[in-house]
Amino acid sequence: MEYLAYGAFFLTVAMTYSIICLGLNVQWGQTGLFNVGVAAFVGVGAYTSALLTTPETAERVGGFGLPIAVGWIGAALVSAAVSFLVGALTIRMRADYLAITTFGIAIALQLCFQNLEPLTGGVFGVGFIPRAFAGVQGDAILFNLLNLALAGALVLAIYLLLEHLMRAPWGRVLRAVREDETAAQSLGKNPTALRLQAFVLGGGIMGLAGGVQAHFVGFIAPANYLPMMTFQVWAMLIVGGSGNNRGAILGAVLVWAIWALSGSLISEVFPADQQARAASLQIVIIGVMLCLILLWRPQGLLPERASVSKHLGNRHDT
Amino acid sequence: MNPQAIIDGLIAGSTIGLGAIGLTLTYSILRFANFTHGDFLAWGAYLTLTVSGFLGGLLAGLGAGAPLAPFSFGWGLPVALPAGVAVTILLTLGLDRVLFGQLRQRGADAIIIVMASFGASMALRSLLEFIYSSEPQYFTRELQIAQKIGLGMRATPDQLLTIAMTALLVVLLHIVVTRTPTGRAMRAVSENPSLAGVYGVDVDHVIRVTWIIGAGLACVAGVMSGLLVQIRPYMGFDLLLPLFAAAILGGIGSIPGAMIGGLIIGLAEAFTVQLIGAEWRAAVAFVVLVLVLLVRPAGLFGRAA
Repeated sequence: MEYLAYGAFFLTVAMTYSIICLGLNVQWGQTGLFNVGVAAFVGVGAYTSALLTTPETAERVGGFGLPIAVGWIGAALVSAAVSFLVGALTIRMRADYLAITTFGIAIALQLCFQNLEPLTGGVFGVGFIPRAFAGVQGDAILFNLLNLALAGALVLAIYLLLEHLMRAPWGRVLRAVREDETAAQSLGKNPTALRLQAFVLGGGIMGLAGGVQAHFVGFIAPANYLPMMTFQVWAMLIVGGSGNNRGAILGAVLVWAIWALSGSLISEVFPADQQARAASLQIVIIGVMLCLILLWRPQGLLPERASVSKHLGNRHDT
Repeated sequence: MNPQAIIDGLIAGSTIGLGAIGLTLTYSILRFANFTHGDFLAWGAYLTLTVSGFLGGLLAGLGAGAPLAPFSFGWGLPVALPAGVAVTILLTLGLDRVLFGQLRQRGADAIIIVMASFGASMALRSLLEFIYSSEPQYFTRELQIAQKIGLGMRATPDQLLTIAMTALLVVLLHIVVTRTPTGRAMRAVSENPSLAGVYGVDVDHVIRVTWIIGAGLACVAGVMSGLLVQIRPYMGFDLLLPLFAAAILGGIGSIPGAMIGGLIIGLAEAFTVQLIGAEWRAAVAFVVLVLVLLVRPAGLFGRAA
C-alpha cells in the first residue's frame, strides 16, 4: 500500500512537470522561442498563489486567505504578465537574445524571492500553503490519489485546450512563423505579435503549474526555482518530442522517473558522506542525455505530427 | 561615496572583460550564444589548481615553495597557468569535436546549438562538483594586506597584478586580431562565413583559433577570479550573466567592446554593493542588459543587427 501512495505522489509531481512542459511546448515546440528562465516563471506563479491563499500573517505582506482556485488563476495571470514584459523587450531581436534575457530574469527573480522578505519570506520561503483535499490528509493513499486525479484532470484540460488551439488557425500561423517568418509576413501575418502571444500563453501555463506545485507540496522556498528546474523541464520536452503535446507529457513522466531512479540508485551506491557530491551525477546524466538526444534524435521520442486544417482534410476526403 | 568602489570595480571588471572576450568571439564567429563559456572559467581554475597543487608539492621539496613577494602565491601558480590554459583549450576543442562541431555539420539551427551548450554547461558544472566537491578551494592561504595606491583607494599586489595582466593580454590580442593574417581571417568569417570560405579562408582553422583564444582567456580569467575570491564549481555559472551583459553591452564581436563592457559591469556591481547592498549584486548585470536592449541593442561598438 505504501507503494500505491508513493506511486500516486510520484505521478502527481510528474503531472505538475507535465504542465510546465506543455507551457514550454507552446513557446519552443510551436513557436521556436528559447526560454532559459522556465524556473522563474514557475516560481512567480508559486509565490503569487501562496501570497493569495495563505492565511494572514504578521511577518509578511498579505496572506489573503483566498480559495486555491483563485490562487491558481492569479498565478497564471501574474506569470503571463511577467512573460509579456520579457517578451516585449526581446522578441523582436535575434533568437538568442531571448535566451540570454530569460536567463537573466531567472537570476533576477531568484534574487527577489530571496531578498524581498516582506513579500516572499526570504530564504525560508512560505509555509502552510493550503493543500487541496487537506481534510483527508491523514489518509496518505486517499490524499495522494485525490491530488493525482486533480493534477491529471488539469493536465488533460490543458492538453485538450492546446490541441484545439494548435489545430485552429492561430496554431497553424504560429508554426508558419516558426518555419518561415518572411513567408508568413508576406501573407499579412504579424510574427512579432504572434510570438509574443505564444510566449505569454506559455508563461501563464508555467505560472499555473507553479501554483499547482506549491499547493501540492504546501511549502515553497527560493531554492525550488533554481536553473536546475529549467534544465530538467528542457530535458523533458526534448526527450519527449518538442512540438508534440503528448511528447511533452511523456517526456515529463519519463525524465522525472529517470531522475527519481538515479537519485535512489546513487543513495544506494554511495556512502552517506559522499551523497551530496554524488547527487551532482544526476545532473550530469540528464545533461548528457539532453546532448545525445539533440545529436541523435532531435525530434524526440514522439515527433511532431503534421497538423492540417480539418477543412482542408474534408476536401481531400470527398 | 567611497572611491574604493572604483578600484574594486576595475578588479572585478578585468575578470569579466577577459571572460567576455571569449564569449563575444564565439558569438560572432561560431554564431551562437555559448552557455558553457562560464564553465570554461571554472574548469580553467580547477585544472590550474590541480596542476599547481602537484607542482607546489614538488617545488616545496626543492625549497622553492615560498610565496613570491609581494604576491601571495609561489612559483607553482605561474608555472601551472600555461598547463591549465593548455588543458582548458583541449577541453573546449574536444567539446567542439563531439558536440558543437557535430551539430554544425548537420546544419542544426543556431538555437539548437545554444540549447546543447546549455545542457553541456549543466553537465560540466556538475562534473566539477562531483570531482572536486562543492567546498570552496583556494590557490593560496596567505593573507595579503591592501596597500594605499592613492586617491583614497587600496589594493593588494595580487589585485594590481591581475589588472596589469588583463591590460597586457587585451593589447596582445588586439594586435593579433588587427595585424595578423589569422586575425583578418577571423574578421572575415565573422562577417560572412560562406563568402570567407569561397575566398579561400580556412574556416575550420578560424573556428579552432577562436576556441583557443576563448578558452585560454577563460582559463586566465578563472584563475584570476579564483586567486582573488575563491574557486567553486558554480563560479563560472555565477559569472555567466555578467559575461553576456558585457559582451552585448560592448557590441557582439568587438574585443575592446567586451573589455570595456566588462569594466562597466564590474564598476556598476561595485557601486551597487556600496550604495544598495551586496545581496543585489547579481541583479546588476541583468539591469544593465535590459537597459542596453532598450536603448542600444547593438551595443557600444556593435553594428545594428
